[in-house]
Amino acid sequence: MNRFNKSLIPSLLTLLLAAASVVAQPETPARVIEISAKKFEFTPNVVTLKKDEPVTIHFTSTDRAHGLLVKEFKIDLDADVGKPADVTVTPHEAGSFAAICDHYCGSGHGNMKMTFVVE
Amino acid sequence: MAKPFDRRSFMRLSAASLGAGALLRFMPFGSTANGMTLGNLLGSRNGEAPGPFSIVQLSDTHVGFQGPPDPLGTKAFERAVDAVNALNPQPDLILFTGDLTHDSEDPAEHAKRFAAFKAISGRLRVKKQMHVPGEHDAALDGGTLFREHFGETHYSFDHRGVHFVALDNVSAGKPIVGAEQIAWLKKDLARFPKTAPIVVFTHRPLFDLKPEWEWFTSDGDEVMNVLAPYDAVTVLYGHIHRLNHSTIGKSQHYAARSLIFAFPEPPAASTAEKKPLPFDKTQPFRNLGIREITGNSTRHTLSVNDVELTSRELSGTEGVQQILKTGDFL
Ligand SMILES: [Cu+2]
Repeated sequence: MNRFNKSLIPSLLTLLLAAASVVAQPETPARVIEISAKKFEFTPNVVTLKKDEPVTIHFTSTDRAHGLLVKEFKIDLDADVGKPADVTVTPHEAGSFAAICDHYCGSGHGNMKMTFVVE
Repeated sequence: MAKPFDRRSFMRLSAASLGAGALLRFMPFGSTANGMTLGNLLGSRNGEAPGPFSIVQLSDTHVGFQGPPDPLGTKAFERAVDAVNALNPQPDLILFTGDLTHDSEDPAEHAKRFAAFKAISGRLRVKKQMHVPGEHDAALDGGTLFREHFGETHYSFDHRGVHFVALDNVSAGKPIVGAEQIAWLKKDLARFPKTAPIVVFTHRPLFDLKPEWEWFTSDGDEVMNVLAPYDAVTVLYGHIHRLNHSTIGKSQHYAARSLIFAFPEPPAASTAEKKPLPFDKTQPFRNLGIREITGNSTRHTLSVNDVELTSRELSGTEGVQQILKTGDFL
């Protein structure tokens, strides 16, 4: 990214170029997806993944301990304020999958969930 | 019955209909029929000797819960207490499988709910009552309030030749038993022969029943591996607010109805929403109930009988109509 910033190219173009360079590289690190938790919701609420593409989930919390569990992809993370958690997974099955908070967090805990869509 | 028992299939399902009650066969402590008769004579009251017994399981009373799926609050729990008090003979002991209380962010309010639970359970004529916590009792404070009221969250004891094990899969905040408790379980079971009848009672299912609804225990497999060598394992649990019977290896797993509101049969779709069945004021105790477990070591049986609170012989329709008329539930 630094080399583009130094050349003063407009920022939109910078992003496009950066994206292009990532696609062009054969051995790229897994795409990082940020998921943030607070009582009683995840942001974003829907995440779209590509079948057979590895992704790294970076899970954070802004209020208290929460969990992020998707049994099908072996995602089982716990995050607390200032204590993020990461896991890299590769979904091999297309479909819609529920992710739940599995760290009990209060009255709305039972409905704290989000969806992973694998295309 | 005169035929010698096959020790390997020591406790097996012989009548599987849950509504009618499932009949399981077991043989306590590998004794002969003569030995058990002697045991019955010797151990008529101390609870340790093999012999006939009946116990009651009550689950998910959620004292303090207020909401549309159950505007009756503790009415079903109170009705269950009356029903159990009417049993003759009285059961030897009562097992409470968690979510005794509904949680509150305010510890003082939650403590009041524990006290309210005890006020109602204290009306049971049977004073031997055993408890395990549910996540609503113990997940927010790591089990502090539960311990103050009921003692340890996991323990074991023997009754009538059956070994009872209470397991805690809630107070870590997550659906997990944990390495420490599993090590304890291994040690606890080590002194028993593989044929010993074991009843485990816990809150959540120890297997993947519906993980997207948090109907599972993440290290349930490890727990079941410890229990796997034993021929006669019965697991009684709650949490799912509906009946379920599953067989994992040689072990039988029974979920009990709740005493607050019921959950529906989960749809296959992983993303299906989990919400309680709506309250039906024409049948306010529908899908709520109590469980009686009876064992008889002379006949080598253990049977699990689930009774809905709406059942005529338990509650009588008059009582229900009385409650509806007074309208104090709305
Ligand atoms: Cu949460």
